[in-house]
Amino acid sequence: MSDKRLEIRWHGRGGQGAKTACMLLADAAFAAGKYVQGFPEYGPERMGAPITAYNRISDERCSVHSYIYNPDYVVVVDETLLSSVDVTHGLKPGGAVVVNSAKPASQLRPYMHGYEGDIYTIDARKISEECLGAYFPNTPMLAAVVQVSGVLDPERFVQDMQASFEHKFATKPQVIEGNMRCLTESMKEVRMQ
Amino acid sequence: MSIRDRLSGNEAVAYAMRQINPDVFAAFPITPSTEIPQYFAQYAADGKVDTEFVTVESEHSSMSTCIGAEAAGVRAVTATSSCGLAYMYEMLYVAASARLPITLACVNRALTGPININNDHSDSMGARDTGWIQIYAENNQEAYDNYLQAMRIAETPDVRLPIMVCQDGFITSHAVENIELEEDEAVKAFVGEYEPENYLLKHENPLAVGPYDTSPYYMEHKVQQAQAMKNAKRAILDVAAEFERTFGRKYGLFEEYQMEDAEAAIVLIGSTAGTAKMCVDQMRARGEKVGLIKLRVFRPFPAEELAQALSKVKTAAVMDKSEGFSGCGGPVFADTRSACYDLKNRPRLINIVYGLGGRDCAVEDIERVFEYLLRIGRTGEDGPVYIHMGQRSSEKEVF
Amino acid sequence: MTRRASEIDEQITWQEITPGGEICEGGTARAIRTGAWRQNCPVWDERKCKQCLLCAPFCPDSSIPVTDSRRGEFDLDHCKGCGICWQVCPFEAIHMVKEGEE
Repeated sequence: MSDKRLEIRWHGRGGQGAKTACMLLADAAFAAGKYVQGFPEYGPERMGAPITAYNRISDERCSVHSYIYNPDYVVVVDETLLSSVDVTHGLKPGGAVVVNSAKPASQLRPYMHGYEGDIYTIDARKISEECLGAYFPNTPMLAAVVQVSGVLDPERFVQDMQASFEHKFATKPQVIEGNMRCLTESMKEVRMQ
Repeated sequence: MSIRDRLSGNEAVAYAMRQINPDVFAAFPITPSTEIPQYFAQYAADGKVDTEFVTVESEHSSMSTCIGAEAAGVRAVTATSSCGLAYMYEMLYVAASARLPITLACVNRALTGPININNDHSDSMGARDTGWIQIYAENNQEAYDNYLQAMRIAETPDVRLPIMVCQDGFITSHAVENIELEEDEAVKAFVGEYEPENYLLKHENPLAVGPYDTSPYYMEHKVQQAQAMKNAKRAILDVAAEFERTFGRKYGLFEEYQMEDAEAAIVLIGSTAGTAKMCVDQMRARGEKVGLIKLRVFRPFPAEELAQALSKVKTAAVMDKSEGFSGCGGPVFADTRSACYDLKNRPRLINIVYGLGGRDCAVEDIERVFEYLLRIGRTGEDGPVYIHMGQRSSEKEVF
Repeated sequence: MTRRASEIDEQITWQEITPGGEICEGGTARAIRTGAWRQNCPVWDERKCKQCLLCAPFCPDSSIPVTDSRRGEFDLDHCKGCGICWQVCPFEAIHMVKEGEE
């Protein structure tokens, strides 16, 4: 197994944009010259139902087409999932979980089935509402995992995302700045506790 | 010059369709193929294609639309999955027997029931006897490349058969991966124009298609159709050779991966091949002589070539991603074992039915299969031929 | 084979699962706590409520229990927070809050 391959598992709820964030990360890594995979695991297709999405990022094409059982990083887009999903299951030693929460890690850890590794938190709601005036957790969570994992050069990532947002929001340029602030704020704010 | 991009399997197929600009797209949505008509509808709305985009009320009608359009003398395409393909069943035979080279993008999904939206091959395997050419992809790149080759194969004058270009639902259809795309002009030049000898709208030569075929004629038509399917094998290789000359990527009837000196081999179809390749690499690194055959073409079945490729291995597992309910193994196994019957030294073959309805198959699962094959090859011990893998059981199962 | 829905979960073996996925009892949706999917939560103001009972039949998840012609508190184990009750209430006796806030 290639040591250079980074595997990330996303936990979110249908409608919150975990899949979108996963695809954005694939895009950003692709823009940085990497080989990428970004794919969702479909359960019940309902707003609010727990969903899982995956990224593989490496310098060589990865041919494996299974789910990811031993991720390097886990991203939890909705902290209410902690009580129903064993999010850190199979997480590699030395990896980390990044949780969207305003709470300190000490209040999150009891839900993590004896997990002893690193916990990073980011208050994506606060950042999103400040920068965008509404709650879209996917952009801050994307930025947080890029920052935590070091999978991409942060400066290059910010530049690529600027270009990506300019393309994506060509018809509503007013939201580009807010999304960019979301990214940079999140990269500053994400912390290990 | 190839274009570096990242697309899902569905996006890749829709992209290929845009480049080809077919005359008619008969569209009816069904998960997980829905994105293909969805992306294509956008191309049509944006004026990027001049395709007649026909939204029909069922898959029976989408195939009927394709049949009418193709018979009229134009290129007709559609996309479907699972029950949608099943609902076309009657018309699949009509398309093939009327010798209409329609192209169908099949995004493989389990058939009900109980109802399930995830991947296995039970939909297209159920249609294996309809007279359609079937080509399968491991990933988004192959889904794209196979689609670019499909019409050339199907429209070959001594073939004239419809073609199903299959990929694994969700696993490749909804997974974004890197891909090499080709320039529009290069694609158009490669695929060329559809020039049937006879067609309904050719006014100087009136034509009727699909007559009532009484027994004094039917057998001759079927033999002709069977001959066309045999001819398809050569056409597939010819088109692959030109594709390689043009775009540099190599295709055949199947891909042999580390088969040179392999003692144990796995034969399978689709996205699991990528997972199996990783496993082969890992086991080769510790000196195990294992190899993989990924079937690309299932109809026509490359019997002689496959038997030859398996002639030197001691043991092989044919992995079927559909049940088949023959009571003695899946469809890929039946054809593979039959193909090997005439070999002087037949390998010991077992069948593993796996991955039904989206049950995941990881590198470790493949490793267990190889370990088992190597063991029975070494010890010669007896064991079952027809095995299921991945199910929970109250008893000890082989895997 | 007869087996109660509560005895079937993602650990059940092929020998034990019911043929064809038969579900040998009614009302099994009750056992699945789909309320965990909720992102917005309805709040009932009993003082403003006139017990007109318009909300109950509109609820797609049968999450407004009615006993003796009077509604009670929301069944939050099954309410998915769609807000239809809030929309149809003529007396502003229901409002929505973000899940986890109150």
